[in-house]
Amino acid sequence: MERHITLPLTEELAKTLHAGDSVYLTGTIYTSRDAGHKRMCEALARGEKLPFDPKDATIYYVGPTPAKPGQVIGSAGPTTSGRMDAYAPTMMSVGARGMIGKGARLPEVVGAMKKYSGVYFGAIGGAGALLAKCIKKCELIAYEDLGAEALRELYVEDMPLVVIIDSEGNNLYEDGRKAYLEKCSEKK
Amino acid sequence: MREITAAQITEVVARLCIEANEHLPEDVKCAIKNCRACEDWETAQGVLDKIIENFEIADANNVPICQDTGMACVFLEIGQDVHITGGNLTDAINEGVRRGYAEGYLRKSVVADPVRRGNTGDNTPAMIYTEIVPGEEIKITVGPKGFGSENMSAIRMFKPSAGLQGIKDFIIETVEAAGPNPCPPMVVGVGIGGTFDKAALLAKKALMRPLDSSNPDPFYADLEVEMLEKINQLGIGPQGFGGKTTAIGLNIETLPTHIAGMPCAININCHVTRHKTEVI
Repeated sequence: MERHITLPLTEELAKTLHAGDSVYLTGTIYTSRDAGHKRMCEALARGEKLPFDPKDATIYYVGPTPAKPGQVIGSAGPTTSGRMDAYAPTMMSVGARGMIGKGARLPEVVGAMKKYSGVYFGAIGGAGALLAKCIKKCELIAYEDLGAEALRELYVEDMPLVVIIDSEGNNLYEDGRKAYLEKCSEKK
Repeated sequence: MREITAAQITEVVARLCIEANEHLPEDVKCAIKNCRACEDWETAQGVLDKIIENFEIADANNVPICQDTGMACVFLEIGQDVHITGGNLTDAINEGVRRGYAEGYLRKSVVADPVRRGNTGDNTPAMIYTEIVPGEEIKITVGPKGFGSENMSAIRMFKPSAGLQGIKDFIIETVEAAGPNPCPPMVVGVGIGGTFDKAALLAKKALMRPLDSSNPDPFYADLEVEMLEKINQLGIGPQGFGGKTTAIGLNIETLPTHIAGMPCAININCHVTRHKTEVI
């Protein structure tokens, strides 16, 4: 199913999204990778606030290339999400509901997604030049010293994504492959 | 004896870093397009179309194909009749990487220490592989290597009794374990033989070989075809969403080895299999 959705990712909206849905996402998202997540989780452990309001927020696992003169942002495709698995349940526990990345997630993350109605979106890995075109605004908001890994607030329009894991734990990596292989065996 | 200056090497490395990151080699583009033509699963067709659109945007606008502009792997074949003047080779290459990654607005993805981390800020040091060959030229290849795929690579020291079947099973097992993580469709580089370290180097070199070429030994050329076919029956598909196109290429490189061993390394790359070569 093809969907155009606008953020924030409320619980109500999250529950309407299903693994395999093709989604065009519009709204404000935040960028963070391993180093940024580590700092955010350490801040939360100290009882401090995050650099952005995590309620119903969506985090894009990306470290963009530097913007050339005249560009909003450089190439900006997803990084491997598994490296954020150690931090994702904590982020969801404070309200961050959406994650954009690529690659497999641990059962602990899927468990937290079911508990907090989280959604894991896939962006096309390696398609950094294409995805950058959907990013209309980019502002550095924290951890500037981390360079490409700094926290940024992005405004995206019609960002092409696919729901990989939905809030019920359905997983496109398993279901998509199974459906394809079933079709292949039917042919034989 | 021919003299080549360190400054010449720096200039070439800088240019290759930028060009490799912005423009996919023609053989890789062709392989992706051929796979798109043979793909019969709708989701997979959509993903491959976007991958093609992406490298076309990068080509047209001179922007990096992928945001992971990699560690700069620099391969040099140095003619034994060349004398490098005006500086040392390692510094010349690192200065080229520094310049290329700054001038090309490429991402700086290197940390100074593997455990204590800390970004070096200029993407140095490069990973440098030198080979002394006959002649009076220097052939330089820059292959920026992303780590989403590098992390899914593997090496195993087989007993010789494991035989060909052991190698085949290891290739499938490694691709299966990589699954959606290395941004499939992937390119699989296989190195068999040599020593522990040489097998890994062979696997990396295999990724630099054009995808429309074959191993000169018909035994391994056939194995390349067979294993690519087997991988594309796994159903992982582009991005792991299901489909035929799990890999767009598989290259095998080999070396003689010890009577007691059969090392095998598998270096995984994504569909952005970048490399660019220039001869000075």
